[in-house]
Amino acid sequence: MAPNRREFLLIAGLAAIGVACPSLARVLFAKAGATSSGTAAEAVSGITPALKAKRWAMAVIPGKCPNDCRACIDACHLTHNVPDFGNPKDEIQWIGLQPFERVFPGDAYPQMPEAARERKLPVLCNHCDNPPCVRVCPTQATFKRADGIVMMDYHRCIGCRFCMAACPYGARSMNWRDPRPFIRKINNDYPTRTKGVVEKCTFCEERLRKGILPACVMACEEKALVFGDIDDPRSEIRLLLDKELPIRRRVDLGTKPQAYYIL
Amino acid sequence: MLEKALTGTRRYAIWVAALLALAGLGFFFYLRQLDYGLGLTGMSRDVSWGLYVAQFTFLVGIAASAVMLVLPYYLHDYKAFGRITLLGEFLAVAAVIMCVTFIFVDLGQPTRVMNVLLHPSPTSILFWDMIVLNGYLLINIVTGWTVLQCERQGIPPPAWVKPLIYLSIPWAISIHTVTAFIYAGLPGRGFWLTAIMAPRFLASAFASGPALLILFCLVLKRFAGFDAGRKAIGAMATIVTYALATSIFFVLVELFTVFYSQIPEHMDHYRFLFAGLHGYDTIANWMTVSALCAVAALVLLINPRTREKESLLAVACACVFLSLWIEKGLGLIVTGFVPSPLEKITRYTPTGPEIAITLGVWALGFLIITALYKIFLSVHEAK
Repeated sequence: MAPNRREFLLIAGLAAIGVACPSLARVLFAKAGATSSGTAAEAVSGITPALKAKRWAMAVIPGKCPNDCRACIDACHLTHNVPDFGNPKDEIQWIGLQPFERVFPGDAYPQMPEAARERKLPVLCNHCDNPPCVRVCPTQATFKRADGIVMMDYHRCIGCRFCMAACPYGARSMNWRDPRPFIRKINNDYPTRTKGVVEKCTFCEERLRKGILPACVMACEEKALVFGDIDDPRSEIRLLLDKELPIRRRVDLGTKPQAYYIL
Repeated sequence: MLEKALTGTRRYAIWVAALLALAGLGFFFYLRQLDYGLGLTGMSRDVSWGLYVAQFTFLVGIAASAVMLVLPYYLHDYKAFGRITLLGEFLAVAAVIMCVTFIFVDLGQPTRVMNVLLHPSPTSILFWDMIVLNGYLLINIVTGWTVLQCERQGIPPPAWVKPLIYLSIPWAISIHTVTAFIYAGLPGRGFWLTAIMAPRFLASAFASGPALLILFCLVLKRFAGFDAGRKAIGAMATIVTYALATSIFFVLVELFTVFYSQIPEHMDHYRFLFAGLHGYDTIANWMTVSALCAVAALVLLINPRTREKESLLAVACACVFLSLWIEKGLGLIVTGFVPSPLEKITRYTPTGPEIAITLGVWALGFLIITALYKIFLSVHEAK
């Protein structure tokens, strides 16, 4: 399909900037649309510069998800040493699949075809701009960074689970018991957790620091997950959201979630 | 004065031994929970608070209700409460200690509890709850103990106690208000998201607390030869009556808003609470008992002839206590999580160890009440 006039101008404009500014090529190469801030020293020593953003966000295009695909979940849970207890009571989940009617409850789209209604959508922490979990935490073990990532400090968390009650998306999990024996294959590059603390998706901040995109995004061959800086008008995610009609979960609650769904 | 709690009749010794055994059993299971993790309880990803947090909430009410004696006695000079105001304050002491213990056993990482002080977070209601609860505990221990010591020596209490007692009045209101705010400010939990939560908490507290105190007074009269006096018991019964009626009224007000607005997010929780959802009706069955008890108690209490009869008053008070314990100590917390924000219905059944730990904390509370009341009675007998 040929690009329309607006898209052509945009691509042409971006290409022109890309020629003029070599650093942007690197950004496009990273597929994130994030501004790079690597220093010369880092480049010499071979360390990929960290990916940085004013405001990280995720776009989800569930229509691209093949049936029963779990690539994003497996990649995330493998990378982050998320245990598999094999029962719903102890379950820990950073990213999961839920049917449309659970993700967007309340009969909002009654005319939706059944196939679309029953389709499973990837769900993860929304990294809200106004996160209730952060507000209620009595130790600031969960906090919002300047780039929008809602972080967890597993060493400070006292396990009171106030954040789990506060989260309107069910994005948080408690380590009800020692998770280590239930991790299929331990990834030594990421810490395991202890029993008694809460955990959740962190937009792979440990990978962004090394200049790598989140594990779920990299694992998705269909490109159903798009990650980037929503404050950067030239970023891939921003270009995508600008031309689509994205919806977000429970916007009525004022949490300003930063996971966008394109249906 | 503490030594007075160590001596007593054979019956007293057996009672204390039984409580110690129960508390010991709870402690044993707590050690197991410490080892295994909170997975030893029935709590899950969807129902992440359970019996412990519910007991905590209920007991904050019992603690706050001491104000129903302190206020008439100290602000209105209602002399009939002079003999029993200390009993109310000591009940508050025991209740707050139970509250703090229930929060402690509910923590996933109890060794890190001091992080709440190391990293004070004024936006967190739990942080404020810690401050008001510990403050209330301190105020009641200091004032109660000082007043009792002065009673023993037959001297009037020192002047500095009065302001502290006056402070305890708004402070009592604050502990239950702040506790209500833990729940009433969460955006995604339709069941708790109601401005009337704090008033409802206070109304049910002012019914259940004095009801328990009446029962204690009747027990003391029967087994310890301490008579609180007809007038004092009668005044407390009146307080229970009004508070229970207010509490029921508040629930009805809530039901109107929920069911007339027909917002599913709010209705579903109440459907679950009173009728059950998708065959999960355990809580609903308990709530039926709670509602029946409340109505029975109201009938017995409103009628002066039944209210003034000691045996029927005891039945009414037991009904009030049971009804409100079910409402707050069972229904309130679990219903907030069912259905979940993703409209999932997850069953929560407390496990054996969880119930043993809960009973252990209750036993600890009763031990503290027993010891404090024993000291109180010894001081009175000596006079």
